[in-house]
Amino acid sequence: MNILPNGVPPLHAPRKLKLATVSLAGCFGCHMSFLDMDERLLQLLEYVEIDRSPLTDIKTIGRCDIGLIEGGLCNAENVHVLREFRSHCKTLVAVGACAINGGLPAQRNQRDVGQMLRDVYCGQTGIDAGGQIPNDPELPLPLNHVHPIHEVVHVDYYLPGCPPSADAFWTFLNDLLAGRTPQLGHGLIHYD
Amino acid sequence: MSFALETAAHPEGLRRVAIDPVSRVEGHGKVTLLLDEHNHVQQARLHIVEFRGFEKFIEGRPYWEVPVMVQRLCGICPVSHHLAASKAFDRVLGATPISASAEAVRRLMHYGQMLQSHALHFFHLSSPDLLFGFDSPVAQRNIVGVAQAHPEIAKKGILLRKFGQEIIRITAGKRVHGTGAVPGGVNKLVSAEERDSLKRELPQMLAWAQDAVDIAKQLHAQNPALYNRFGSFRSNLLSIVRADGAMDLYNGVLRVRDEAGHILVDGVDDQKYLDLIEEEVRPWSYMKFPHLRSLGRELGWYRVGPLARVQNCDFIPSERAEIERQAFVDWGKGEPVHATLAYHWARMIEMLHAVEVIAELLDDPALLSGDLLTSGQRQRSGVGIIEAPRGTLIHDYDVGDNDLVTRCNLIVSTTHNNQAMNEAVRSVARDYLDGHELTEGLLNHIEVAIRAYDPCLSCATHALGQMPLDVTLLAADGTVLDRVQKSALGGVSRSINHSSDEISL
Repeated sequence: MNILPNGVPPLHAPRKLKLATVSLAGCFGCHMSFLDMDERLLQLLEYVEIDRSPLTDIKTIGRCDIGLIEGGLCNAENVHVLREFRSHCKTLVAVGACAINGGLPAQRNQRDVGQMLRDVYCGQTGIDAGGQIPNDPELPLPLNHVHPIHEVVHVDYYLPGCPPSADAFWTFLNDLLAGRTPQLGHGLIHYD
Repeated sequence: MSFALETAAHPEGLRRVAIDPVSRVEGHGKVTLLLDEHNHVQQARLHIVEFRGFEKFIEGRPYWEVPVMVQRLCGICPVSHHLAASKAFDRVLGATPISASAEAVRRLMHYGQMLQSHALHFFHLSSPDLLFGFDSPVAQRNIVGVAQAHPEIAKKGILLRKFGQEIIRITAGKRVHGTGAVPGGVNKLVSAEERDSLKRELPQMLAWAQDAVDIAKQLHAQNPALYNRFGSFRSNLLSIVRADGAMDLYNGVLRVRDEAGHILVDGVDDQKYLDLIEEEVRPWSYMKFPHLRSLGRELGWYRVGPLARVQNCDFIPSERAEIERQAFVDWGKGEPVHATLAYHWARMIEMLHAVEVIAELLDDPALLSGDLLTSGQRQRSGVGIIEAPRGTLIHDYDVGDNDLVTRCNLIVSTTHNNQAMNEAVRSVARDYLDGHELTEGLLNHIEVAIRAYDPCLSCATHALGQMPLDVTLLAADGTVLDRVQKSALGGVSRSINHSSDEISL
């Protein structure tokens, strides 16, 4: 089972901190790994209040202490949401490979967006006749390339991994809550 | 013909209300409603708003990378994509059947995932609506509120999911995005020590999974009017079943029942799914709309997932879950259960079944020793179909002689439910919102209907949309990183950008 690295002090924070989380062009795996803290989550929630997050129904972000960003940027809406998070969060964290360097979705950067669009909608296996490219104003405009978030806003911390492990989240948040500079150390930093 | 409330006859002048983002679901979606001056709903749509393009950038990759790549479609059900891709490449390698050991390990991984995903959905995501009420205070409507008001329920949910996640860790190497399965078999077996650690937990998990079914059943019994009516509509039901009609979530043949419960199609070889299903594109969502070719777009759409599977099979091959299936069938009084909220009950029956299957598998000696890999006569293509937590998942690949993928088609579980989720949204809009002043609580009713399907909106994003806009992405120092413009003809034009330059902030 999970074992915390030696010397990690117990959870301590002077007051409840507000935490917001979002998944941009990610797969939700980082959020899953956050939930993989399992029963430690219940402990964490004594020190942290969750603001806007896919886990709550709060849809607009308020003033927050910590913002966890999963995923890179693949469309105009991602950029808008990221900027909102930056302006509302004291500490902004790029969580996981996609936020840090675009991750697997950035594989599409080798290809032409318009061509992909035609391929998927007008030439794909099993599409009925008369395939058309969706073009409704409700759909956000895609960017040519998937971008990591630090290209657009200032990022305070990077939590690496695909996804970062639950222990990495736990250690990182413990340090942050206690006002220490987060130190993951050996064993908690790896891609896969 | 189009579907009622899908498209307003005169959208101009109507008031737009958006639920954006849809929350407590996986991925990125929004709902838009168009209302007239008397608050009558004229149009209701669930849009999937993100493009990722997996099907295209998988082309050109070596086939043996793909089972690991495709997990990044979805962090909640990565194992489903991992196994569906592995099954497709088993075909390409002619590794049919894979070894008994490989099948046992994969099945254990899969049912572990079924357990964790169903627990997550019921407890972490949907239970606040069901326990507190659809229009309860927004601040309480989340897992934190559940942990405060019902600590025992929250703890059971967390620990059931943990058990499933630990099974995945043991079989796949890590909890999210593991590497357990490979084309032709698996990477590793299970040790006796790992098996015993899981077996020790089983009695408790079985009891808690039974409790979860009881909670779902009680919800229906306490408020049958709501649970039978809310978001209810009739539809066809599609899933795979074992050749003898039993529920099997890892392998089987395709079966479809019509809205009255009669079998329409049965025993379809999974390699021939394209004879059965085609997809349609609509301009307002990235997610395609599948339907049965034989019945066409208006009559041929169907539902997948727990509600379909529990009613599509003839029996569930495990003792407790079969008793619960019969109770579920009895609830329908001889008719199929079409209520959207019954998805939760069916999901918990499947979760109970998953624990029972896990118990059986842990007694299988093939888990501990045997061959990892099988090979055979190489083929040019392969289809892998599996029942993911959310429904039937289809991976279809062609592979060249040089081992590179030349074609990839994915139909993910949530895509099959696209029309159904839109129908559920419209049903709720008609029954609960129409003519009323829209409050936050009323709007949450729409999301309750969507959540019942446990949509995985990350999985379901295939393609691109466009706004009549010019979007320029600037770095903090004002450098232009990316620019996209929509031309008058609807084409997307692109500007050169310098995103590869490191920008210091």
